[in-house]
Amino acid sequence: MKSRMASLSLAVVLLGVSFVLSAKGQQNSAKAGVQDTKGHSVYDELSKAPEKARAKRNPFEKDPQAVAAGRILFEQHCAECHGDAAQGGKKGPSLRVADVQDAEPGALFWILTNGIVRKGMPVWSKLPEPQRWQIVSYIRSLGVAPAQADSPPAKSQPPETMDLFSRHR
Amino acid sequence: MPSVSRFVLLFLLAFSFLVVFSQAPAHAQENPYFVAYDHYLEEPGNLEIEYFSTFGTQRGGNSFHSFWTEFEYGATAWWTTEFYLDGQTTFGDSTLFTGFRWENRFRPLKREHFINPILYVEYENKNGADKILKEGEGHDVESDFLASNAEARKEHNHEIELKLILSTTVKGWNFTENTLAAKNLSNSPWEFGYALGASHPLALKASAKRCNFCPQNFIGGVEMYGGLGDRHSFGLHDTSHYLAPVLGWNLPSGWTLRVSPGFGLNDNSHRFLLRWGVAREISGFGSMVSRLFGGRR
Repeated sequence: MKSRMASLSLAVVLLGVSFVLSAKGQQNSAKAGVQDTKGHSVYDELSKAPEKARAKRNPFEKDPQAVAAGRILFEQHCAECHGDAAQGGKKGPSLRVADVQDAEPGALFWILTNGIVRKGMPVWSKLPEPQRWQIVSYIRSLGVAPAQADSPPAKSQPPETMDLFSRHR
Repeated sequence: MPSVSRFVLLFLLAFSFLVVFSQAPAHAQENPYFVAYDHYLEEPGNLEIEYFSTFGTQRGGNSFHSFWTEFEYGATAWWTTEFYLDGQTTFGDSTLFTGFRWENRFRPLKREHFINPILYVEYENKNGADKILKEGEGHDVESDFLASNAEARKEHNHEIELKLILSTTVKGWNFTENTLAAKNLSNSPWEFGYALGASHPLALKASAKRCNFCPQNFIGGVEMYGGLGDRHSFGLHDTSHYLAPVLGWNLPSGWTLRVSPGFGLNDNSHRFLLRWGVAREISGFGSMVSRLFGGRR
């Protein structure tokens, strides 16, 4: 029985350690994210989408129902990181910048499908393809946020919007 | 049950309630499987608290109700860690805590592919009275469960379990295949098992209205699992196998409900298993822990 209790305690301790390491990792990654602003934009990930993926057309283009459905899906799955109005949150960058709004719908769909796993964005292919396109429709309907509209396309972001791509390495 | 173990259980129970009702829920999009795993991991920083229950019939013995509580945490986008506490009640016998498990799943590839592998490593510390039947392995058969709880709990198992999960999603269908290898650390041979699963949401397109009963919130499917013998006698002889339809309901409020009637496919299997489960996904748990250790607010 002693060994059983020791094992249980060990497992609880190990689980606690994994939580702490993960939390610490998040802090350290957030610091690393600031350094990234010197060089690369987090939005450069969009440019990694293959040509074939970019060329895909949104089957719900100009469909207001898709935008309405996409809004609900966004609130359920994306707002937690990217903010309620996609303005950027604690963990995710703003999606209301020219880099995203001017990107091909196929590139946004590709990012949703594949995630950016090493930088913290999970794979969303568990959402069926039509739902991912509905989310793309909603994101594209938002346009560039007013504060960003008059400025040139962002090549770097303030630290807080780097978070999603840097927190969970 | 020793007082320390009771304390740990009470602490985890209180902790679960605190977390479930004090943190923001996240809408889960969970698969409906009970045994099979697909390649989707927990979202980073989210904690899912789950309770699962299995009612099983037993030829030559009393029916039983086994249950487990699961804490699933998305450590990163490529690593999910889970802690389980198991127990069971055998009708006309007793109720007891049967052990715990610590499971980790890793995603080795950065992007989606036609087939997506996940590596799974688990440590189990359980006694012989464990009846959760979370997987089929080796030559496990129905008659192994006939011993009384008092007898069965004397047997202690420390086990390492490895799985290769291969999963694909095509046109809304998820197909997954899990190959299992388990080793009891007390000088037993490697045992093998499998699990197969297929599932599909009732609708692929989301509704433009907020709703609990929209078809896209329901995922139906089927899973099949069983043992494949051990290193000395690999194969299907003296193994048990099950086929189970599964249904999952992902509520917008962050709750997920699952139900699955399972049927034994041969004489070595329990004839009937009824499983159900409830899960709640909590967003921002990682941030909460991070703040506790001096992270950003």
